[in-house]
Amino acid sequence: MSGAAEGAGIARRRLLMAAPLAGAGLAGVAFWRMLSGMSRGSFDPHDIHAPVLNRPVPDFALPDQAPGQGFGAADLRALTAPVLVNFFASWCIPCVAEMPALNLLKARLPIWGIAYKDKPEDAAGFVRRAGNPYTRIASDLPGLTAIDWGVSGVPESYLIGPGGVIRWHNAAALDDGTIRDTLLPLAAGLRR
Amino acid sequence: MNPELGNFALALACCLAGGQAVLPLVGAQRRDARLMALAPALAVGQLLALGFSFACLVDAAISDDFSVQNVAANSAVAKPLLYKITGVWGNHEGSILLWALILGICGGAVALFGRNLPSALRARVIAVLGGVSAGFQLFCLTTSNPFDRVWPAPLDGQGMNPLLQDPGLAFHPPILYTGYVGFAVPFAFAVAALIEGRVDAAWGRWVRPWAVAAWCFLTCGIALGSWWSYYVLGWGGYWFWDPVENASLIPWLTGTALVHSAIVVEKREALKIWTVLLAIGTFSFSLSGTFLVRSGILNSVHAFANDPARGVFILGLLALVIGGSLLLFAVRAPSLVAGGLFAPVSREGLLVVNNILLCSICAVVLTGTMYPPFMSLLFGRTISVGKPFFDATTVPLTIPLLAFMGFGPMMPWKRAQLWPVLRRLWWAGVAMLAAFVLLAWRIGDVLPLLAATGAVWVIAASVADIAERIRLFRLPPAASLQRARLLPRAALGAALAHAGVGVSVLGLAAMSQAQHRIVEVRVGQTEMLAGDAWTLTAVRAAPGPNYTALIATIEVRHAGRLVTVLHPSKRTFASQNQTTTEVSIHTNLMSDLYGVLGDRHGSDADPTYVLRLHYNPLAPWMWLGGLIMALGGALSLSDRRVRVGAPRRAAAPAMVAAQ
Repeated sequence: MSGAAEGAGIARRRLLMAAPLAGAGLAGVAFWRMLSGMSRGSFDPHDIHAPVLNRPVPDFALPDQAPGQGFGAADLRALTAPVLVNFFASWCIPCVAEMPALNLLKARLPIWGIAYKDKPEDAAGFVRRAGNPYTRIASDLPGLTAIDWGVSGVPESYLIGPGGVIRWHNAAALDDGTIRDTLLPLAAGLRR
Repeated sequence: MNPELGNFALALACCLAGGQAVLPLVGAQRRDARLMALAPALAVGQLLALGFSFACLVDAAISDDFSVQNVAANSAVAKPLLYKITGVWGNHEGSILLWALILGICGGAVALFGRNLPSALRARVIAVLGGVSAGFQLFCLTTSNPFDRVWPAPLDGQGMNPLLQDPGLAFHPPILYTGYVGFAVPFAFAVAALIEGRVDAAWGRWVRPWAVAAWCFLTCGIALGSWWSYYVLGWGGYWFWDPVENASLIPWLTGTALVHSAIVVEKREALKIWTVLLAIGTFSFSLSGTFLVRSGILNSVHAFANDPARGVFILGLLALVIGGSLLLFAVRAPSLVAGGLFAPVSREGLLVVNNILLCSICAVVLTGTMYPPFMSLLFGRTISVGKPFFDATTVPLTIPLLAFMGFGPMMPWKRAQLWPVLRRLWWAGVAMLAAFVLLAWRIGDVLPLLAATGAVWVIAASVADIAERIRLFRLPPAASLQRARLLPRAALGAALAHAGVGVSVLGLAAMSQAQHRIVEVRVGQTEMLAGDAWTLTAVRAAPGPNYTALIATIEVRHAGRLVTVLHPSKRTFASQNQTTTEVSIHTNLMSDLYGVLGDRHGSDADPTYVLRLHYNPLAPWMWLGGLIMALGGALSLSDRRVRVGAPRRAAAPAMVAAQ
């Protein structure tokens, strides 16, 4: 600081002293763009929808999770009708909360579950207690598949369209309202 | 008193602040003594008007005047009186008014207690404070007026967010805001010095007490806020690296650097330009923290008035305040004369290292906090940066900081020899090694182990520093006591503050060893955690004043002996249709047993309950350390030498405290 000050040309010092202003100016412009985007509705920093939306499901193959049969990307890409993929864990309290809604939903839309970072016996016990809405269940014990899917926390659900394309993402516990108003109409649209 | 008068007083204060921003500045440029003399009068007038305005809002809240939109939206007849008062700043509009009021108090304090400042400097400082005040009051009047009326007036209000109905949060904002806003004074001094083109030792002496006072409040505010999130939000973790928490940590880090670099300006007339930049930067971070929280740009759990329109106003204000001061810095700073040479191994040298480390920590916290919105803006990708990033980046920078903190206060100025300092610290080194060996058995992870060792080193070195100064065990006890009495309070304060950092870091490191379990149990069932048996013995319903509660009884036994009975509960507030959890904590200062009651499942005949059980070793030390740090700062403020050559009554910061 004071050492650098000596001997250095005044021009270089000017450049150095202007650096904070330049940084603040850049940040200011960026903030202004964020704010104008927010008021137009084109920018939403709270929107944590995964970067995988409208893309094919990432490659993965997961082992069985009792009491169901595991699955992988190939199974999803072979689909001809929509399926909901639901990441859950026995240690997650919102997952408990969404189970009644999932149990009602399973009659109208197949649900495939992925147990995220959960010991197989804990996940099996969870499904036994809460009722099993899942057609197939896979186990993602190391949580690496979830990273590719852009999961930031459980529960998260993805609506997979025919051909294994991710059509919708919900990063919260599903409730009856979301299922009725958003999920089922989307699924019906994909069936046609 | 009524809301219209309050509104009028606010507008009046805004006009006075506008005058305060312009007239003294013109006076100082023209060397016009009469115009300069207006500064204190305007500042005090503005403070009185603001105080009256704030009193009107409090009065409206106490008297249940629901024709005031703000009261109708945030209060209710059934609310306890204390929370009617504290609820005034428990919402966006009221908290901005409180912000403005504290800023007014700062301006008034400079006006009243800065009589010994050179009149031109004082006029400029007060003018800068007036300008910032005017901006905030205009913001208050135009986009978030707390006195807006609603017609027809409802019979009862909507009540307060139940989470805010808590003494911790009631007193947290005023303390935190005093910390944030207090840095406006060093900022104003920095801008005034840039206008004058002169920074000298006297400037450092004036700035430092203000910076230390603001730093004490900010430290207390952060500690209180973190404690509140621990016991009210039921996070069980202490520091969530939430963007709003980071928004207060960033100015704290630069403020800590400022407090240290101002010493170098005062004693050695070196680091002047850097200190001016830190003073500007610290207040800029305080302001932008407010902006980021209120505009909704940061994705935080603290949902607080997300409104882009307000964001645009604050952004304009920031552009003026931050942009203006940095522009002034870019133009004027190159011509400030640097001075005070020193060798790398010296107290100045270590203070530079301290500044570099603190600013590096600040830079990584800033990067982690701002990365998600910037990535989203530039590449449309959403990314969340969480605890692992912050732990991995801040801890390795904190460890060398702790290592240097032990030496710093013992180093002589200008040029020092390392060996004599090391020799005086030998037993602190022994304590550190002993701690390392003892802890290595219990802490498996490297970073928490090193952090804990460093913390022990800092505490031991602080004790060694004081012991050395009073020649403990080398002189007779009476003589040592006499030396202790004559010891400058600044030295004691510094040692205490450093030890406080050590205590906090020990608490943080120990929390890496915390254990927790989430279980679903029936009444009567027992679960084991960290060697304790936790038994849910009963769950009963109980009515509260404006809620109904479900209270659990959990008995914790260690080896068959009853340790404590916890009563975590859930409260349901019918009027807001909201549920809060009341955590139950048993502490013995060495560890916390922490229980949370979760959801109820199963049938009415056979209900099960979700419980979250935590064992948190040394948890209370984290906040205790913050308190010790603030106490150290206050002690050094009371040093007689701080006052010599400074404003006649440099007890000014203490005055702010009293208010």
